[in-house]
Amino acid sequence: MTEGQKPVLQETPGNTKLPLSWRKETKPHRFCPGCGHGIALKALGEVVDELGILDRVLYGCDIGCSLLSWDFFNFDNIQTHHGRTIPVIVGAKRARPELIGIAYMGDGGGYAIGAQHLVNAAQRGEKITAILANNTLYAMTGGQMAPTTLPGQKTGTTPYGREEAKTGLPMLGPELVAAIAPEGSYVARATVGEYQQLKKYLQKALLNQMTGGGFSFVEVLSTCPTNWRTNAKQTWAFLQGEMPRYYKVGEFRTADAPPGEEEG
Amino acid sequence: MGIKIVSRQLSGEYEKVLRREQRSFMTGNEVVAWAALAAGADLMYGYPITPQNEIMHYWARLTPHFGRGFLQTEDEMSAGFAMPGGALVGKKTFSATAGPGNILMQEPIAMAEMMRIPGVWIIQQRGGPSTATVIYSQQELRLTATGGNGEGLRIVYSTASHQELFEYTIKAFNSAWRYRFPTFVLGDGYQAKMREAVTLFRPENRGWELVPAEPILCLPGVPARDRDPVHLRNTFNLEEELYTRLMDQLAVYERIAPEVTEWEAEVPPEPEVLLVAHGIVARAARQAKESLNRQGWKVGYFRPVTVRPFPGQALRQIAAASPNLRLLVVESAYGQLLAMVKAELYGLTNPVDSLLKPGVGITAEEIAAAVDQTEEGEAVS
Repeated sequence: MTEGQKPVLQETPGNTKLPLSWRKETKPHRFCPGCGHGIALKALGEVVDELGILDRVLYGCDIGCSLLSWDFFNFDNIQTHHGRTIPVIVGAKRARPELIGIAYMGDGGGYAIGAQHLVNAAQRGEKITAILANNTLYAMTGGQMAPTTLPGQKTGTTPYGREEAKTGLPMLGPELVAAIAPEGSYVARATVGEYQQLKKYLQKALLNQMTGGGFSFVEVLSTCPTNWRTNAKQTWAFLQGEMPRYYKVGEFRTADAPPGEEEG
Repeated sequence: MGIKIVSRQLSGEYEKVLRREQRSFMTGNEVVAWAALAAGADLMYGYPITPQNEIMHYWARLTPHFGRGFLQTEDEMSAGFAMPGGALVGKKTFSATAGPGNILMQEPIAMAEMMRIPGVWIIQQRGGPSTATVIYSQQELRLTATGGNGEGLRIVYSTASHQELFEYTIKAFNSAWRYRFPTFVLGDGYQAKMREAVTLFRPENRGWELVPAEPILCLPGVPARDRDPVHLRNTFNLEEELYTRLMDQLAVYERIAPEVTEWEAEVPPEPEVLLVAHGIVARAARQAKESLNRQGWKVGYFRPVTVRPFPGQALRQIAAASPNLRLLVVESAYGQLLAMVKAELYGLTNPVDSLLKPGVGITAEEIAAAVDQTEEGEAVS
């Protein structure tokens, strides 16, 4: 999608309705204007509605901006930090396998401080659904470099732009998970810029858990105009123009195809 | 199919061990696994570190025969955070760790404190700081009692024998699920690895009530239709929000502390010296006391069984009753118990001496010799 094209979100019929699983008492939500979390969580809420699993969902959110969703939904929530939302949900899922465990986190929690949890939960094929918002930086702490920061991107800790020689290239989470997760795993990268596709991936990720397939992981390319210091037009351009240069949107593993055969 | 039959037979054999109440001879780590089984623990989330490993080994061996669960996680933080996950949805979860693992475990323990999520941790202390030795110490006292970025809202039982390891592990599950504070059994490498006689039993057969685990999250019903959703967080926006929550929790902790606190004290009339020690060192202290008593010394003995909450009032009463009573604090650490004792005795004039040997064992003979020296007025430490 090129700059200036209409966002898909506005073309979706019925998109003004709040999902039933959204908690109206806590709306409007606490995310900044233009933040992608609200779109990702709207899609998640709609998918939970459509699957009719409101009474079985256990939702875990992490520290950072994702924690602002702690009372976002009508399903039960446990908020933790440092990417530990994965082991918390693993601990609950193993205790009560009939539950549908969702671990929601940011790129710092999932790919840096809590990366070992994502890697090992994937490797063990834990039957949970992990959703990770990639907005290329640490947002709540004031916009520092994350493993996902793009080369040359300016952040609080890379004031002259991220230098590959010093801090490497953007972390490719779904590619990593797809490489190590056992058969039956579902791995995809979605974007808040493609709402219907985002919903479809989240639905498949939850269905994979419901049918006992295995670990499910969806990275969602998201926006942070506050820390990107961008207006609406620039935000959209960064999401749709800059980020896909490094981050390929699509499915990397699906339950019905062996590893390595999916195309985005 | 074959596995199932074997499993049933083994289950019967294991059941008999508890039912018969036979005297057994086993390591402390094995005792802990049996105790967790007897206490109705559902799941252990653990990560290898010496000297607690055999707790996982025995638990992993026992669990398939009893429908309990075990997961070896990627690190102690994962184990520690999986525990509240299980506890929140209504299962009894536990872990065991030591040394650097205990440090990593403080992060999830702090969360359990903040959110009052029950859980049981077995700490088999090893030498410190850092990786140090895999053998023994009492250097994890402070970390276990008050580690984390808060006030240490925990219950910590310091055991001194295999029988206590068994009984206090069962008790720890009860305290954790009754009071909803993180609860610890503070052992050490000696207790973990040595073999000792112990009588295993079914707590129910002795009239011990087992506190059931109730789910906090994911109760029956459709949230927002049949019940309110439960939203738990440990992050607060305002200072006052945290302050209010924390003061409530501190009030609960202070209210339950008197009924949780346990200690042992044997004080002769007109005592000259009071030996103060916890855990396995308390055994040596007691032995020293008895041998000194036989030689005519008026030596008493005080052992905090709960090192958190600390039985400060009981200790203070003993000290205050005899202003010339000299205390000798003995520990396999450099002043951790000593600091707790001194804090409790603040304002009293009793002399306090110490025998501090970080990371090594202490014999009854060494303690008796130290009592001799303090009477001569020499500084012990």
